[in-house]
Amino acid sequence: MKMFEYMGKELFAKFGLPVPSGRMITNPEEAAAVAAEIGKPVVIKSQVLSGKRGKAGGIKFADTPEQAVTAAKEIFGMTIQGLPVERLLIEEKLKIDKELYMSITVDGAAKMPVLIASAHGGMDIEEVDEEFIIKQHIDPELGMHPFIARDVVRRMGIPLSGPHGKEIVKIIQTLYRIFKQKDAELVEINPLVFSDDKVIAADSKVTIDDDALFRQKDLPYVEERSATEKAAKDLGLSFVDLDGNIAVMANGAGITMGTLDTLQYYGGAAANFLDCGGGTGREATAEALKLLIAKNPKSMIINIFGGITRCDQVALAFKDIKESVGFPCPVVIRLVGTNQDLGREILAEVGVEAFDFMQDAAKKAVELAAQG
Amino acid sequence: MAIIIDENTNVLVMGMTGRQGTFHTKQMLDYGTKIVAGTSPGKGGAIVEGIPAYNSVREACANHKIDASVIFVPAAGTKDAALESIEAGIGVVVVVTEGVPVHDEIEMVAYAKRRGTIVLGPNTFGIVSSGKCKMGIPPNKYFVEGPVGVVARSGTLTYEIVGNLTANGLGQTTVVGMGGDRVVGTTFIDVLKMFEKDPLTKAVVLIGEIGGNAEETAAEYIKTMTKPVVGYIAGKSAPPGKRMGHAGAIIERGKGTYQGKIEALTAAGAKVATLPFEVPGLIKESLGIK
Repeated sequence: MKMFEYMGKELFAKFGLPVPSGRMITNPEEAAAVAAEIGKPVVIKSQVLSGKRGKAGGIKFADTPEQAVTAAKEIFGMTIQGLPVERLLIEEKLKIDKELYMSITVDGAAKMPVLIASAHGGMDIEEVDEEFIIKQHIDPELGMHPFIARDVVRRMGIPLSGPHGKEIVKIIQTLYRIFKQKDAELVEINPLVFSDDKVIAADSKVTIDDDALFRQKDLPYVEERSATEKAAKDLGLSFVDLDGNIAVMANGAGITMGTLDTLQYYGGAAANFLDCGGGTGREATAEALKLLIAKNPKSMIINIFGGITRCDQVALAFKDIKESVGFPCPVVIRLVGTNQDLGREILAEVGVEAFDFMQDAAKKAVELAAQG
Repeated sequence: MAIIIDENTNVLVMGMTGRQGTFHTKQMLDYGTKIVAGTSPGKGGAIVEGIPAYNSVREACANHKIDASVIFVPAAGTKDAALESIEAGIGVVVVVTEGVPVHDEIEMVAYAKRRGTIVLGPNTFGIVSSGKCKMGIPPNKYFVEGPVGVVARSGTLTYEIVGNLTANGLGQTTVVGMGGDRVVGTTFIDVLKMFEKDPLTKAVVLIGEIGGNAEETAAEYIKTMTKPVVGYIAGKSAPPGKRMGHAGAIIERGKGTYQGKIEALTAAGAKVATLPFEVPGLIKESLGIK
């Protein structure tokens, strides 16, 4: 779950990280009051879950409350990378002497957290030369000790004797504490700025591990999914909207991708990615089929190689939908694996014969979509 | 010979009295797995399919010789279960549970490394030593003995490919699921090294997917292998930037792309299948079978 910048900063502040003073607003009129409260020139930042806001015109500056309202009105009308702006963050405009980059994320290959830092922060961090990027893996059993943070500061070329160096050592340790305690996949500050003697987090990017939300109940919840994706998630399934016209249900992310690849090979295109793996039962599978029907596809392919998923449950779900709602398009079923014979008996009752092989089923689904 | 587990492996099922635990205990027994005990805190004394359940791993170990454990407990309790198995000195721990928080995975894997324990998963279908022992959830009937070693990140795609191999008369020595999550206990290279040493394995299938760089890293080792490797990478048609399920298959920063993985594997001398059903043909070609 990605958090909005203002939420990330509230979290930072709670842990004692220095952030600019400011507040989130949901309509342009509030801008005047917040700007007056701050009493200094302000920056007005669109709150969308996307990078490149500055380049898109989603960040503006104002010297007076009146100017702040004008700028806020402009940004509220914008759409940034397909996302409408519904919230703004108004903050004191910082004097920026230097911009750094700082983040902690999970390195899957190393199987441990990694701190990434650079003395060259700001926009376009992706394009900074590899030699200016510091990567420090954190031994999970050791944690983030001051000596590790000091070493990173030294490698960034910042003197430890000065106020900035000492402050960054503290920031690195706090960032790791947030990362661990909040089950984050990513905590990022870009830019981390030097403003006179202070070091301030001028932006925040925080992603919380969805799988850990059950124990992170005090965090605000941010919905990033489309209505269908959300409905699927509520069923415990993973769903992604795509652009084609063949609805796809398969069990497991890998086989779903394999199905998409095979449809493409035969000249078809999937309308969605729907992974109903992980032992999804009859009712959830039936609900998932309804989601696919709602997409109004030209044909549908159900590709099940049951392990923990049981073929009889899938067949029963298919039968339920066929007999209640009905399918608006031809459906091709490939059904093998756990409880295969039971599943096929159930399908036979409703006059459907299942395919044995994925490629045959995929080819048929592409042909049927072309005819429809 | 087989790798990691074989017909003599004594298996413990953690979470045995749960819905999945009960169902798959029976499936594993049907396959011939030597399950000797189970655990289910608070339900010690229960019997599932004739197998006794204990309250703790230590209690089970006091009453039975246990070589490997397979975990069917819900995600919130998975770290605890895995640590309990590792702490008790069990050498192989198979974590089937999906949706385990990544920070829990990091801690489990770090502790296992310190204790020298082999962890498969989390979010794995498990491991099958064909005809001898199955730990995990794959359907029994497709896994038959033969000369091909299989290692994969994704479960159902493995069944798909193993099903195709078996349909073409190509059985398997061992089929290993590393798990689909970002942080898992065992890597492609760990498993490839074992296959390289296993005299019965004549060729290896590596099943990967877009995202991460595990396949590119594996390619470096494949260069040094004497046995033929056939690869398949899922996700050729995946649109960039979309997150495909829990598979960690995110294309970002230009790394982990389909093309990059194919190029790395091909450069390492592996044959690469475009679609799952092409794998048996390429294996036959590699082994000189018509």
